[in-house]
Amino acid sequence: MTIFPSPRKPEHLTERPLFADDKKFAESQITFFHYLMVGVFFFLASGYWSIQVIDSDYYQDQAHNNTIRSLPLPAARGRILDRDGRVIVDNLSSFSCLLSRERFKEENLPLIAQGLNLDLKELEERLKRFRKQARYVPVIIKEHLTPADVAFVESNRHADMFPEIELIHSVRRIYPRESFLSHVLGYVAEASEAELDRPEYAAFSPGDIIGKDGIERYYNDSLMGKDGQRVSLVNNRGKELQLLKNQDPSAGQPLKLTIDLDLQAVAELTLQGKRGAVVALDPRNGDVLAMASRPAYDPNKFSTRISNADWKAILDDPETPLFNRALQSRLAPGSAIKPLVALAALEEGVIAPDYTANCPGHFFYVDHDFKCHARSGHGRVGLRYALAQSCDVFFYNVGLMLGIDKLSKWGEMAGLGRKTGIDLPGESTGDMPSRPWKMQKVRQGWLHGDMINVSIGQGYLTTTPLQLAHAIGGIASGGVWNPPHMVVGEPSKEKPRIAKVNIDHIQQVVGGMYAVVNQGGTASEAWLPGIEVCGKTGTSQLISNETMKRRGLTGIVKDNAWFAGFAPRSSPEIVVAALIEGGEHGDKASIIARDIIKAYFDKKMRAPAAPITAAPVTAALK
Amino acid sequence: MIIAVGRRTGLTAIRSLRDLDWPLMVTALIIALMGGLQIYSATHGTKLESSWWKHMINIVVGVALMLIFSRINYHTLLGQVPYLYGISMFLLVLTLMFGKRILGARRWIVVGGQSVQISEFVKIVVILLVAWYLVEMRTKRLELPDLLKLSGLVLIPFLLVRKQPDLGTALTFLPALAAGVLLVGMRWQYVVAVGCVLLALLGVFWFFDADGYQKDRILTFVDPERDPQGKGYQVLQSRIAVGNGGVWGQGVTRGSQTQLRFLPIAPTDFIFSTFAEEHGFVGVIIALGLYYLLLVQIVQNGQTAPDRAGTIICIGVSATLLFHLLVNVGMVINRMPVVGIPLPLMSYGGTSTLAVFVMLGLVMNVRSQRLFS
Repeated sequence: MTIFPSPRKPEHLTERPLFADDKKFAESQITFFHYLMVGVFFFLASGYWSIQVIDSDYYQDQAHNNTIRSLPLPAARGRILDRDGRVIVDNLSSFSCLLSRERFKEENLPLIAQGLNLDLKELEERLKRFRKQARYVPVIIKEHLTPADVAFVESNRHADMFPEIELIHSVRRIYPRESFLSHVLGYVAEASEAELDRPEYAAFSPGDIIGKDGIERYYNDSLMGKDGQRVSLVNNRGKELQLLKNQDPSAGQPLKLTIDLDLQAVAELTLQGKRGAVVALDPRNGDVLAMASRPAYDPNKFSTRISNADWKAILDDPETPLFNRALQSRLAPGSAIKPLVALAALEEGVIAPDYTANCPGHFFYVDHDFKCHARSGHGRVGLRYALAQSCDVFFYNVGLMLGIDKLSKWGEMAGLGRKTGIDLPGESTGDMPSRPWKMQKVRQGWLHGDMINVSIGQGYLTTTPLQLAHAIGGIASGGVWNPPHMVVGEPSKEKPRIAKVNIDHIQQVVGGMYAVVNQGGTASEAWLPGIEVCGKTGTSQLISNETMKRRGLTGIVKDNAWFAGFAPRSSPEIVVAALIEGGEHGDKASIIARDIIKAYFDKKMRAPAAPITAAPVTAALK
Repeated sequence: MIIAVGRRTGLTAIRSLRDLDWPLMVTALIIALMGGLQIYSATHGTKLESSWWKHMINIVVGVALMLIFSRINYHTLLGQVPYLYGISMFLLVLTLMFGKRILGARRWIVVGGQSVQISEFVKIVVILLVAWYLVEMRTKRLELPDLLKLSGLVLIPFLLVRKQPDLGTALTFLPALAAGVLLVGMRWQYVVAVGCVLLALLGVFWFFDADGYQKDRILTFVDPERDPQGKGYQVLQSRIAVGNGGVWGQGVTRGSQTQLRFLPIAPTDFIFSTFAEEHGFVGVIIALGLYYLLLVQIVQNGQTAPDRAGTIICIGVSATLLFHLLVNVGMVINRMPVVGIPLPLMSYGGTSTLAVFVMLGLVMNVRSQRLFS
């Protein structure tokens, strides 16, 4: 049985009409259909007759009285807590003034603006923005009323004065510690018109307060509650005749960050007055314990409607306070990357653990003289000493033997050159150069000179402080890179990466990093009694010494200071990466890391730490 | 005997222009222009302000399509039905997979920046399918296997569109099938059997409706005050708007319900509500009269058609349009459940307007061949 009858040529159809003999085909049926049609039209017409002619008065009355008042019942955003449940971001109860556009009289506007201390022009513009909305949707004209404002609204909102204004209870976002943790938290503000036109903001309407940056933005959906609504039929005096709908607001979900307020406080204090960033991670599970960036801004300024002047001041600030340096600044890490180069070289079998190189203070390759930071040279150095004193010539040799292909493989393993996948918006990828990378970006083949630069963390290689902490943390935990994340119980979407590495090699590298701090290395200031702090400094040039001399910038453009450290030496619990822009030398950054590590262990001594929930890392270092 | 229509002489071209169904075209144009005016009145000062202008463009393109289709021999189209059907099913599946999602439904695919609602054109394919099948089966009356096969063929696009979910448009496929079956006729036993099956299906649908969304609409239809802010709200406000119109109406751009935006989707599904408010009962009777005129002309063309296929196409088109009218105009005053289907030619909606003009083009072609038998 075929579904379609056998097809015949179309011409066949045109040759003679089918059933042409059937003159009276379906005559009675068509008549029936006609009656049906007439019936449908009578059915419809009778409906309109009864509504428009018979009951017209009733409906005209309804239409006349029909003013619907819809008052929003704003939902509180979820609070943001630290890992121990201490409140970081809270809500403050306040009052807002609404303007009902149905009862709105143009001539009242200047008086209302005066009474509430509002700029008349801004107010008019605001009303214009709502023109496209249904008339019964009111406009919030002022939030967080002062007691005087409340008194003004209360005493004037009756029908004879300003029937259009209305008082509602609302909640305001408050960041009690002001700029504290501001880059991680982000801020909330009213959804802008430009944003509302974008598809990902389709669910929001004008006037909605949404997260614009940081955690507030990334977790906006769960933090943002659902506003309630009280819709009622009111008469022309504003008296409620009938309650049509009363939907209670549902508050947003609270969010527990992995941030430890105690460590964060230390991070914020040590960065005070500097320009830079610090990130502290727990390498065992990727928890971000602290993340700070300076200069910072006060998110409270945004949560009320920010004035144009304030907004411009923040945007035009040359210090770029909105920029989260911890995960957005892509800068050369300098020598802080050397542990990774060393591990790659050992793992790839390029050098033996007892490999040594002679450092005369410079390294002549083909036609260029690459300097070591110690002009007089380090003499013959092994891996441990090379790390401790940050000998560049040693790593020039190692880098050239290793080659970019193997290094970029390890760089990618350590999470360089791509986003760590942290649950914060705007993360930078950094750059892990490779042959295809350079071909694509610079349209040039890979040169040995490039390799020499990259092997000491200069040249094309850039990282963010977060990436550096992540990379060093993974090396310290024996080749296990747990991607960083911000919220308790919300592990990163990235999978942990585990490299099969030789424990002896890890111990070689970690031994070198131990010497950096504890055995007269470049970061002796990071030494702490009783805690085996390991780390690596980095001092990265923004431009080469020659260019600096040529442009006369010596002493003006200062080197960036980096430090990436962890503790304890075996089975590390905390890894810290610090960056100070223009900090000149890595040991400046090491002090910050030291203070955070100290705070961590001080706290651990005081009280037993909360149990670690993530899977324990294989105890690689014993 | 019929003259070969494929090769046209200059004479036949002139004759076909003279033979164009001018009354039908004028009636359709009047209705469409009334729609444009009403869309303007319902949307001026809102963000849909430019809709009336787009509607005018749709009318121009629609008339062009109508003229083109009035020159395509419908027998040629009938010969292509298997391909047309195949292509439309493919496009419907494509819509389900890659369609643009608006308000939770995947109904549109974007072609060159323009959203196209494939299901609107499938209405035409279904009309052609029914005519083609009922002629090709070559029996005088419809027998059970053919009835089942034909219903199955219509059921496939029905389910695909229902899945979008768009029950309204899916339902508009059925009138053409019902009209075709009515015309060809079948034994009364089958009628009873089909009735029972339909009742059973309705029962199944009622109890196993996955999203509860349609059930809600039907319940709202029964009692609009059940949920005054949801679906019922629209109907309540729409009925107030219609009643507010009274006998003579509030005047263009003066309907308070319309202008105060109490009607949420005024320019599309509820256009007739704003029309009734601004033009009153008199306006409603004139509009319904015009629609009646349109349908009667289509039915007449069906009666004078040269063969069965032509009759079935014409009655299929008029049944489809009648169904749109009944549901949309009835829904506005709560005499029908709220299933979102547009009012032909008046509602704002590009694809729908074009599809109606194409249907009229088909009817015109059937008419142009009336003397051949």
